[in-house]
Amino acid sequence: MTSIKLKLKESEVQQLKEAASSFNNEPGELINVLHKAQEIFGYLPAEVQEVVAQEMNVSVAKVYGVVTFYSFFTMLPKGRYPISICTGTACYVRGAEKVLEEFKRILKVPVGETTPDGKFSITCLRCVGACGLAPVVMVGDKTYGRVTTDGVKDILKEYEDAE
Amino acid sequence: MHLLVCGGTGCRASASDMLYENLKKEIQEQGLQDEVQVITTGCFGFCEKGPIVKVIPDNTFYVSVEPRDASEIVAEHVIKGRRVERLLYIDPVNKKQIADSKGMGFYKKQIRIALRNCGLIDPENIDEYLAADGYEAMGRVLSEITPEEAIQEMIDSGLRGRGGGGFPTGLKWQIASKVPGDQKYVVCNADEGDPGAFMDRSILEGDPHSVLEAMVINGYCIGATKGLIYIRAEYPLAISRLKIAIDQAREYGLLGKDIVGSGFDFDVEIRYGAGAFVCGEETALIHSMEGERGEPTFKPPFPAQSGYLGKPTNVNNVETLANVPVIYNKGASWFAGIGTEKSTGTKVFALAGKINNVGLIEVPMGITLREVIFEIGGGIKDGKKFRAVQTGGPSGGCLTEKHLDTPIDFDNLLAVGSMMGSGGMIVMDEDDCMVSVAKFYLDFTVEESCGKCSPCRIGNKRLFELLEKITRGQADKEDLDNLRNLSMVIRDTSLCGLGQTSPNPVLSTMDNFMEEYIAHVEEQRCPAGSCKDLIRYEIIPENCVGCTACARNCPVNCIAGERKQLHTIDQSLCIKCGACLEKCKFNAVAII
Repeated sequence: MTSIKLKLKESEVQQLKEAASSFNNEPGELINVLHKAQEIFGYLPAEVQEVVAQEMNVSVAKVYGVVTFYSFFTMLPKGRYPISICTGTACYVRGAEKVLEEFKRILKVPVGETTPDGKFSITCLRCVGACGLAPVVMVGDKTYGRVTTDGVKDILKEYEDAE
Repeated sequence: MHLLVCGGTGCRASASDMLYENLKKEIQEQGLQDEVQVITTGCFGFCEKGPIVKVIPDNTFYVSVEPRDASEIVAEHVIKGRRVERLLYIDPVNKKQIADSKGMGFYKKQIRIALRNCGLIDPENIDEYLAADGYEAMGRVLSEITPEEAIQEMIDSGLRGRGGGGFPTGLKWQIASKVPGDQKYVVCNADEGDPGAFMDRSILEGDPHSVLEAMVINGYCIGATKGLIYIRAEYPLAISRLKIAIDQAREYGLLGKDIVGSGFDFDVEIRYGAGAFVCGEETALIHSMEGERGEPTFKPPFPAQSGYLGKPTNVNNVETLANVPVIYNKGASWFAGIGTEKSTGTKVFALAGKINNVGLIEVPMGITLREVIFEIGGGIKDGKKFRAVQTGGPSGGCLTEKHLDTPIDFDNLLAVGSMMGSGGMIVMDEDDCMVSVAKFYLDFTVEESCGKCSPCRIGNKRLFELLEKITRGQADKEDLDNLRNLSMVIRDTSLCGLGQTSPNPVLSTMDNFMEEYIAHVEEQRCPAGSCKDLIRYEIIPENCVGCTACARNCPVNCIAGERKQLHTIDQSLCIKCGACLEKCKFNAVAII
């Protein structure tokens, strides 16, 4: 965690507080509240975790423990176009690794990070269940099937053109 | 006439939702909306050739249908009654067109019980489920038989948990029913974490009511009034269909207070997982539902004795539950008559990897791997040679040629060093290096280990490092001994199922493909030609015509050579990405 404090938007903090109270601020609902928090802020930086801890009446350490345990929660902001490469077994045997390498090579960022312009981030996920289309890449909610290393730049171009 | 359009995740990724809209529009424009219904269904299972459109009543099965094909299907098939031949499935073996899905090798040997409604009914419409005998079993159990009788029926059916463990379902219910408690819980485990398995998702997307119906029966049997569905947040479509199903069931009085006038109350809530493989383990899942880190705890006490919030809890997997209503409708002896003596019924497998017909299949227990891979699966892709099949996901093992005729059931798979698991079945061909496959699974386990017990947390990391050393060609024979010994220790001393089974991919590949390990260690050679550190790409002078395709596609510009001259690869710069091999049309690039 960094020592520079992030200033959270008051309206978003308010939204989070409302979400927590909709779950009766019940500690057992921590994971549900974190899902909401990630929806609101896009990620879960330390500052957001502090608000959650306060609202749910649990320690920040506990919130941090839960956030870091589950792969769905992230403490780093994602890009405007988050790229997820499926590295489930079906995709792996059909060449997901090469596709991942190509994304990393072109965007020059490692897995889990975002390009300096905030546009793309790369993550790996385990099986979206579209194994018939392996290897599969998701950009936001859009699924791309049978992706080849050549196809990578075409996918990226779609989003570069969009801006 | 009905036009069924697959709305599963796989087909949606290929624009089946747009296809559905187009078909609907065409039908409307032709003024046929009263005679022809366009319906979005759950997964047909034949994901390889999606999107799928099936025409009822003539059973025509269209594959790889694109949104723009909608007008032709309506103009030709619906109006003129002529099949659109170019959209029919072509048998990969005899190259013949097959119009009727019943004639396809993919479906011939299947018996669909858990998937009975997937691809047949509209999952967002409870009336269609009701028309398919839905909630009939629940109605009868609740009003005609006692919980004891209902449990006995489940025991007699021989149904075993489909999530991986294979524990007898009836027995599990009986234990929970006998534990006293003011509040008990029924939990549906929909946290499908095995990479490469997607049956639970398909059932929830295609037939959510069957799971709800089974949960009510389960609740009645053990005396629980609350049901919880623990589902992965990564399955948005399944979640939304489940929510619709719950609302509709409540509206019809099939969930809630005094269900169908029986005096029994039961309601269902959804809980979201957040991505942790270990949460497939029932104690870990329960902790996760309580808002904690999903770490497993020692059993006993079993969840049936002390589970969610310390109350007696039954955790059942999605596929297990989907079988339940049919067992009550058709009888325990009917179900027990399918499959083998100790593994009754069917099992859904997610067939994937280097196989022609990727998809979801449901087959009777006792079928052989050969039938599954070569008849249903249509054999290996691109005419390559079969190398191995991996069953059971990260907890299972790799089986080989000699296991092809082993009848598949819980006990047989365990006996040959693999396991049923949740039903992932990944087929591999001659290009797959078995040491790398073991490494792939260990990489997964290392990432997913919850870290609570040391054998799993530290041991698997060391296993991974040893495998890495082998695939780099830096290992010696002692490392192989260490690999096996450490695997045994992890298996024997880990706390939960994840750790106890995590060395299986290593042990099974060592048992079945030892020669590959030896080649890596003694000759620094990867027989499959896939370990980057042990291979190099070379240009074969006799075949190179100097077309420059390789040089133009090399991402690091390490190939030199003039037009119509022999090209050469600078090995010191080569990143071994294989682009040159893929691009060369003259077989002039080889892996050495």
